[in-house]
Amino acid sequence: MSKTYEYVPEPALVKGNHNFNSITELITDINIRPTPKLWYVAFGFANLLLLALLGSIGYLIWEGTGIWGLNAPVGWGWAIINFVWWVGIGHAGTLISAILFLFRQNWRTAINRFAEAMTIFAVMCAGIFPAIHVGRIWVIYWVFPIPNQMAMWPNFNSPLLWDVFAVSTYFTVSLLFWYVGLVPDLATVRDRIKSKVGKVLYGTFALGWRGSNRHWWNYEKSYMILAGLATPLVLSVHTIVSFDFAVSIIPGWHTTIFPPYFVAGAVFSGFAMVLTLMIVCRKIYGLEDIMTDDHIEKMNIIILVTGTMVGFAYLMEFFIAWYSGVEYEKAIFILRATGPYAWAYWIMITCNVLSPQFFWSKKLRRNVAFTFIISIVVNIGMWFERFVITVTSLSTDFLPSSWGYYSPTFWDVITYVGTFGLFFTFFLLFLRFLPMVAVAELKAVLPQADPHNYDEETGEYKEPEVTVPEPTTTQESA
Amino acid sequence: MAQIFPKWANGAPKRILIGAIVFLNAAVFGVWYFFSPEFTDVGYAPEQPVPFSHKVHVGQLGMDCQYCHTQVAESKHANIPATQTCMNCHSQIRTDAETLEPVRQSWETGEPIEWVRVHMLPDYAYFNHAAHVNVGVGCESCHGRIDRMEVVYQAEPLSMGWCLDCHREPEKHVRPVSEVTTMGYVADNQLELGLELVAKHNINAPTYCQGCHY
Repeated sequence: MSKTYEYVPEPALVKGNHNFNSITELITDINIRPTPKLWYVAFGFANLLLLALLGSIGYLIWEGTGIWGLNAPVGWGWAIINFVWWVGIGHAGTLISAILFLFRQNWRTAINRFAEAMTIFAVMCAGIFPAIHVGRIWVIYWVFPIPNQMAMWPNFNSPLLWDVFAVSTYFTVSLLFWYVGLVPDLATVRDRIKSKVGKVLYGTFALGWRGSNRHWWNYEKSYMILAGLATPLVLSVHTIVSFDFAVSIIPGWHTTIFPPYFVAGAVFSGFAMVLTLMIVCRKIYGLEDIMTDDHIEKMNIIILVTGTMVGFAYLMEFFIAWYSGVEYEKAIFILRATGPYAWAYWIMITCNVLSPQFFWSKKLRRNVAFTFIISIVVNIGMWFERFVITVTSLSTDFLPSSWGYYSPTFWDVITYVGTFGLFFTFFLLFLRFLPMVAVAELKAVLPQADPHNYDEETGEYKEPEVTVPEPTTTQESA
Repeated sequence: MAQIFPKWANGAPKRILIGAIVFLNAAVFGVWYFFSPEFTDVGYAPEQPVPFSHKVHVGQLGMDCQYCHTQVAESKHANIPATQTCMNCHSQIRTDAETLEPVRQSWETGEPIEWVRVHMLPDYAYFNHAAHVNVGVGCESCHGRIDRMEVVYQAEPLSMGWCLDCHREPEKHVRPVSEVTTMGYVADNQLELGLELVAKHNINAPTYCQGCHY
């Protein structure tokens, strides 16, 4: 064990020669200056997709769920696939903002606001599907345990009911977490914006934040508590989503590996989505100094880790199917790889298991263009993972007499495409009106904010000096 | 820097909080009261083609319920009497009354009278009259004091919760079968008698889905 260790310093979290003032200007000027033309173009396009979503939902409610390609035996199709996919995407936001916060990962500051916003909008997209995939949307309120004239309560044994609680709690806590983080930054915009209306609006939402010591004390405590609450929440929410499948008796669904495997997949796809959006935004808004290549590299490492976990789960499912000796279990996995949906299965394997393995190479995981492509590939793969789990298990199960092939209709597709309209409409509004990086938190990780490194006289950054006190005898020192 | 908000804004959070509490309470109690069948359905009294008065026929003339509603003890469905039943008497009594014109017309033409139904359960709730009447659920318990109604109105909410209240505690409501059509029947010791009747008729009111919704 003769090895010399060398101290590798952490790369700076903010590149360029930034100080507190330039950080504030770089980020909040986006909210203050006039709306760029490109934003209107993007917003108009997102609105069109949103209209397509609303139209398809309207037609769905009017005409019935029969407009989708669902039938016996495949009663769950694109709606549940998209639901799980969107919820999964949302999970990276909470992972970045809560779990990395608990682990004191300061690199999260550059992307947490962004990721939380993505969480909220992704959960909104996800929340649509459980509501609209039911045959009778007008009695959807029966899922809530409300005292009523029927003396009826929901059945608390169903994971679909847990979904209701999980997703609604998740949305609420994510929104609160996001908002608590926003308060100091809203105050910053309030103080910088010129327009009267802007001052009143940002001022209202900043809740009278003055940045006093007591404010910060309470802020840090509440942020810590919310992070502590959000962490078990993010793990349990996708666990509950996985219970929708794992609690059933369908071969290919009834698996105890689902809860952690779904969560790993959620983090995997969520980080990919954050990367996709981040790479575009940092280019357009010129935030390369803040969302640096080092951030991309760190995120790619997480993608590599979770992608490998997902790959392990795929292997483990196959192993257990063989090891179990249950013929239905064996059959479903053979059918997945060779049956009518083999194409979907191999797309899934290629995108989820193979593509992240490129990130073992430092050169590739620091390559922005390559990362961008892989981040999209990963999300395609994770969509197919949910497709494979849902559809292949249902279409070929216990009785060969009830085997069927499921193909989506136009309305399945347009509803899914439409959710991107909802997502991007909100996301663009977020980019326009809210600081997309947590300014206050980012300032705290600047070298200037470290009280040990700051030279009061010259106002310049000093290298941290470690001084070892000279040993003194007790007599003299006293 | 100039102040953005006027001084009264200091009181805004308190006002918003109080307003929210008031509003939420109003919403909860508003829905609880105004959206319940107790409010929306009870008292429903549509105008009938013939102004038939239960008050006159039952209250004053003392007819038994089963003279007209003949099948309540045998059938799931409690029948509305046919024109024939009306004409049993009204072929000779008040033969020129203007209000009875639709009855006579129905008798001559053979076209039925289009009564307006007051007690409407949805078709996925399979109510059975005979099952209730034969174990001593009085007409009054569900339909109110019909003998005092000039025009029939819905006296009870007929909501599922209301049904279940009785199915869970039938002893509070059952009476001897002989008193089923008695209006204004009151037992001296309802609970004691009720428990006795429940045991005697082996009443096992279903509270599972299959009981009513098949």
